[in-house]
Amino acid sequence: MMKPKVAFFDFASCEGCQLQVLNLEESIIELVEIVDVVSFREAMKEHSDDYDIAFVEGSIARPMDEERLKKIRSKAKILVALGACACTGGINALRNQYSIEMVKKGVYGDADIENNPYFDVFHTKAVDEVVEVDYYVYGCPVDKDELTKVITSLALEKRPEIPNYPVCVECKKEGNVCVFEEGKFCLGPVTRAGCGARCPSNNNACEGCRGLVDNPNINSELEVLQKYGLTLEDALERFKMFCYREMSK
Amino acid sequence: MSQDSNLKIRLEHVTRVEGHGNIVMDVKNGKILSVQWQVSEAPRFFEMMMVGRYYHELSHIASRICGICSIAHALASLKAVENALNVEISNQTMLLRKLAKNAENIQSHILHVGYLVAPDLFGVGSIFPLIKTHKDAVLQIIEIHRLSNELSDLICGRTTHPVTMIVGGFTKIPTEKELAEFKSRLYRAKDTIRNIADIVLSNIDKLPNFSRETEYIGLISKDEYALYDGVIGSTDTGEHKIEDYASITQEFVVPHSTAKHARHNRSSYMVGALARFNLNSSKLLPLGQEIADKFDLKAPCFNPFMNNVAQLVEIAHCIEDSIHIIDKLLDIDLKEEEKVEVEVKAGRGIGVVEAPRGLLIHDYTFDDNGKCVKANCVVPTNQNHENIQKDLEAFAPTLLDKSKEEIEHNLEMLVRAYDPCISCSTHYLKVHFV
Repeated sequence: MMKPKVAFFDFASCEGCQLQVLNLEESIIELVEIVDVVSFREAMKEHSDDYDIAFVEGSIARPMDEERLKKIRSKAKILVALGACACTGGINALRNQYSIEMVKKGVYGDADIENNPYFDVFHTKAVDEVVEVDYYVYGCPVDKDELTKVITSLALEKRPEIPNYPVCVECKKEGNVCVFEEGKFCLGPVTRAGCGARCPSNNNACEGCRGLVDNPNINSELEVLQKYGLTLEDALERFKMFCYREMSK
Repeated sequence: MSQDSNLKIRLEHVTRVEGHGNIVMDVKNGKILSVQWQVSEAPRFFEMMMVGRYYHELSHIASRICGICSIAHALASLKAVENALNVEISNQTMLLRKLAKNAENIQSHILHVGYLVAPDLFGVGSIFPLIKTHKDAVLQIIEIHRLSNELSDLICGRTTHPVTMIVGGFTKIPTEKELAEFKSRLYRAKDTIRNIADIVLSNIDKLPNFSRETEYIGLISKDEYALYDGVIGSTDTGEHKIEDYASITQEFVVPHSTAKHARHNRSSYMVGALARFNLNSSKLLPLGQEIADKFDLKAPCFNPFMNNVAQLVEIAHCIEDSIHIIDKLLDIDLKEEEKVEVEVKAGRGIGVVEAPRGLLIHDYTFDDNGKCVKANCVVPTNQNHENIQKDLEAFAPTLLDKSKEEIEHNLEMLVRAYDPCISCSTHYLKVHFV
């Protein structure tokens, strides 16, 4: 069997999701047995435009980024959105609550950045707002075990399985005491699982970094948050951190 | 290249660095008309994302500035919040934070030296071919990388973007057994880092010998090699208060350009491992000093390529320091502490740490409800951009007798030596000179 050619690309992001590839440690050696990594700027000098699978990290902020993404899409047989910023806009979408003028002024003050393509930003977009996405690997950052499974499935030409049930399911499996009982405001009941309930297992609340499950019961979650003492406004704010796009729909 | 040659270099998206940057150089009749270090990364506007959020959410937003140094951003953020709201932390929390800081420093440095720079030492394009040709060396690099990542995991609940660190303490702490096990792994790592240093040393001739005197800025402390805490130190002007950071890291805009970058006493300064070494080398622990001696590295060193070696020295120092910290933690009877009660009030707070790439400052202002109304983050790579530019201007003329490929390779190696973290720095630099 021919090894599929894999490329990694990044847009506005912290590059923490690509870093999880390097964080596979010794498993990297096995990974390059099943796929050919042909482009990975963060780690490789070589670059090839001939690839089968493109992993795209980051959200899309400028016309020049849109052009680059469209080129990647036109070359890739399969395009995978890697991580929260790519899948939903992630934390980058938090700035979408402000006007473009406000964010530019807030960070760059009076500096003259007009007519400069590097600063020609629009409200940040998830990858699927620009091109078609075949698969999504959620999370901030992506879970490296899940990433390994996805890469392995694609190398075997199988459809990767991404959970569509809430974090609570995994949290119960871990045997955790519900963090609501400790007065923490958890988004686990409506957030897509796959992280092994990482934050509640560390005695912290889920922040919803993997986005919402399909058909989440947001109203019931908002009621629960309010029952435990949040105002409706603060409950909605909690969602905004990683689910701004879903909440603004 | 001959004396009267023309040459255009357009290195778009320098590889094996974090983020997107370009090197552009024009040579006409054998004279350099311009050489520029440009940053084309999409701006992310983090300071605006923090405005309107509660104090307890800020460290989780801040960590997302950078996947490689998420712990440093979280710590600078927590320290700024604690400074604003007068929150005291326990000795246990301080020790655990220092351990997390060490873990990140090791992780970031071994990623750079082992995965990003080592290919230059072996004349290949990435670590992947080295898996076949130098498997033992690669496995030793991975051993240190894994160790540091698992230490971050143990203390912070996750390798990237810490979960457990909160204002005033931790949501979960490791057990004494887990810490004791780590101690024995750290002991073993001492020999591994010696071996890695020997491998680098045997290929050190691949790094150019280039020096340019500049100012070095970083945290300094009377008690230790400053990483978690200290005051601001400069090799030119000595000690400065944290509150005076804005006058040290003077951010400015170059005429006809849009960049925020920084200078202090001269036209540019450097932060990061080499800066810290130049300021703090007398406080190195024995293993760090041993690695420095192997390379005959002495302060002050003005060769930016030796930043790679200073990173190796710091890995060794941090391995040894982590063993000492674990000893202290095992001595103090580790326990889950009560969550610190925070009294919300309006005010301003500044938090500083040494991120792997240098001095990092977060500065927040809060309203009566504990919501952030203003945020400012001064990140290491911003502070280095101007120094990279000045180095390029001095280094490029020494390369003109080489082939185009060699010139490109050398310029790229110079930028890479700084280990720039461009996602952290969202600014664009453009300097013209003839």
